Amino acid sequence: MNVSLNVNGQQRTLSTDPQRPLLEVLREEFQLTGTKYGCGEGQCGACTVLVDGRRLLSCVTPVSRVDGKTITTIEGLAQGDALHPVQEAFLAEGAIHCGYCTPGMVLSTVALLKEKPNPTDADIQSGLAGQLCRCCGYPKILKAVHHAAEQLRK
Amino acid sequence: MPTWPKETKYIGRHVQRVDGPAKVTGSARYTSDVQPEGWLYGMILRSRWPAAKISDISLEKARQVPGIKAAILVREGERTIRYYGEELAAVAGTSKQACLDALRLIEVTASPLPFVVKETEALKDSSPPVWEKSPNLSKPKVVEKGDLAKAFGECAAVVEGFFTTPVLIHHPLETHGNTVSWTDEGITAWASTQGIFSVRDGLAGNLNVEQSKVRVISEFMGGGFGAKFGPGIEGALAARLSKAAKAPVKLMLTRFDQSLAVGNRPSSFQKIKLGASADGKLLAYELDAYGTAGIGSGGSTEGGGGGAEFPAPYIYTIPNIRVSHRGVTVNAGSARAFRAPGHPPASFGMESILDELAVKLNLDPVEIRLKNDPSPVRQREYQLGAERFGWKQKYHRPGSSPGPVKTGVGCAGASWGGGGGGTQAEAQINPDGSLEIRCGTQDLGTGTKTLIAVIAADLLQLKPDQIQVRIGDTRFPPSGGSGGSTTAASVSPAVFDACTQALEALQNQTGVADARGDNWKAACKKLGINPLIVGGKWQPGLSSSGTGGVQFAEVEVDADTGFVRVKKITCVQDCGMVVSRLTCESQVNGGIIMGLGYALYEQRVMDSTTGVVLNPNFETYKLPGLADVPQIDIILLDMPERGVIGIGEPVTIPTAAAIANAVANALGVRIGSLPITPDKVLAALGKTQAAHA
Repeated sequence: MNVSLNVNGQQRTLSTDPQRPLLEVLREEFQLTGTKYGCGEGQCGACTVLVDGRRLLSCVTPVSRVDGKTITTIEGLAQGDALHPVQEAFLAEGAIHCGYCTPGMVLSTVALLKEKPNPTDADIQSGLAGQLCRCCGYPKILKAVHHAAEQLRK
Repeated sequence: MPTWPKETKYIGRHVQRVDGPAKVTGSARYTSDVQPEGWLYGMILRSRWPAAKISDISLEKARQVPGIKAAILVREGERTIRYYGEELAAVAGTSKQACLDALRLIEVTASPLPFVVKETEALKDSSPPVWEKSPNLSKPKVVEKGDLAKAFGECAAVVEGFFTTPVLIHHPLETHGNTVSWTDEGITAWASTQGIFSVRDGLAGNLNVEQSKVRVISEFMGGGFGAKFGPGIEGALAARLSKAAKAPVKLMLTRFDQSLAVGNRPSSFQKIKLGASADGKLLAYELDAYGTAGIGSGGSTEGGGGGAEFPAPYIYTIPNIRVSHRGVTVNAGSARAFRAPGHPPASFGMESILDELAVKLNLDPVEIRLKNDPSPVRQREYQLGAERFGWKQKYHRPGSSPGPVKTGVGCAGASWGGGGGGTQAEAQINPDGSLEIRCGTQDLGTGTKTLIAVIAADLLQLKPDQIQVRIGDTRFPPSGGSGGSTTAASVSPAVFDACTQALEALQNQTGVADARGDNWKAACKKLGINPLIVGGKWQPGLSSSGTGGVQFAEVEVDADTGFVRVKKITCVQDCGMVVSRLTCESQVNGGIIMGLGYALYEQRVMDSTTGVVLNPNFETYKLPGLADVPQIDIILLDMPERGVIGIGEPVTIPTAAAIANAVANALGVRIGSLPITPDKVLAALGKTQAAHA
């Protein structure tokens, strides 16, 4: 089927299997490889993207389900050279280790802070519950989310 | 002898990661992101049998599937399969669907064989042998010292215990895999690996290609934890598929594959007897242990150090000992090195039984450790840590915590070797003042790139982001695999040498007396048109090995639900001279949280009836998440005079033991089996109540 997507501000149309995971379309058709495969079953959050501003696990989402939607991947978060405050906060706090979970972690944080601009530790814990980091950089990630929230409230 | 500068601007301080911007914007290119022109999907057919005789595999129908460009066997002829998930054949095709379709059409003629997947069953003489020529239970490896029977007779207190630890899966977030292009000119492999040179040599040896014709690249990689040293069967298959299909092949494993075939931490079953004098001096120790490293049990496995044996008695010097280790082979994937091989299970058994002894002698756990630990570093750490943690205020008699939510504290110590050497590096100074440092090491995420930038920046009085760090390519000067916490100690001295020698050459060639800092650009300009390239190599005196660390844990255990929550971990760790403080702290956090997973959540579960791994996904194999993270207090014992020492491994060792001791302190009963899941807590409490009834 033909699928039409707005990805990072760009209108894209492609003809593909409607059941194909969005993750594969982003990575293989559009070369947006910042979105990662971690488990393929929606259990780790590495494949997180934003669809109409809400987080979505692209590895378990058939591309047909997001036909006509607006998608933001990690590549589309910065405005030109200006990083998004969440990206800045992750950098400043060093909330990155191998970096493989980072795109999903950053995008989930963007979605979380939209809903809860003033999050408690518990809000962050439940908001990022589906995001796994095997290097276990969680303490700095928690700090980075608070740091980003503070910046975004300014 | 070279020495590190005393005054530093970046070394030992918080410096932003140089690879951070690429990682937060998604531009960091991992192995799985590499898509060379015309690349094909690669996929592996794995055994559905835990044990079988394979008489024939037909690829004919698979080859007919539209889009399939190559189909190959792992091995020609009859063969025996020894675990569920063992590689049989592989295909390459233009789409994932084509590959999936093709795998379904591969015809395997097999006669299933009896199998055994559990250690306790494999111990028995009647269990079906995993290997035809040797029994599943290996002969014991015994070490004896002193007169054990006599010593136990003289002890004021003797305790006995049985401790078990599960098989763990590494589960780096980026799965194992490679993208390989094999043309007439040679092989280029983008590998998710901890050792680009070991992958190069492995592929060259495996495929009979000269090492000079194999190039391995690993720009960014998503974790390894000991499981990613060699090319693996999947790497060799990707190369062979590429040759057959005349196109690059990307073969990344799935999370499911990850649980079956690319390594794990061996299990352990430890019967321990420990005795001491009335004042707590350890006199006698007896260990009868067995464990499984899967089909690789009893010996070293890929990556080294993957056997089921572990150091015993752990960290303490005891005059009279008898230690017996046996490997148990089962029909499951082979173990590989897993962050501090052997040490976490060793620490768990020893530190658990030591606490039991302390209770029996009515001694404080810190006190009994101070009495017996031969390491002056850990002596200092226990005192420092106990003070900072508030041990004296928090420690109470086991089981005396009131109410339904019990609190408890525990502690444990660890030791690790580390060290390193052999690395070479080169510095290229360009006439425009830009600087490249090249080294054939790799950054697993630990911060190697940042470490190199920090050293070069300090020595040349530049800024870390002025330095182009180029690593992860076998065309660069050689370095070893990143394992055993050896990377920092191997790479740092080589970078030091390259930078100091390059500076000297620059000054000699340009006549600038001190070309560092503000003079740098002007000096470089005097080079004319040719860049200056100077090689350096590892030098003694700038790094060392041997670290001690201790950790304290505070837990809450809900006696109604059995749920354990770790509230706080205090970690006191020696790591010599800290180079990059930020990434060093992240390594400590990571080691501790991985240790927490070992203590409370993680275990591979095998099914005796079918021989399969029952939890090959993140829904049922529980990794720690953000909500599980306690307050972590890190005290790094800065000892710059010792030079650089790696930290990845030592910090993960004592966590599980400290948590288990804290749980025992909270409950007044010991759970000797990891992970400490709610069902085990409730069972242990039930027994206590029954005993008191």
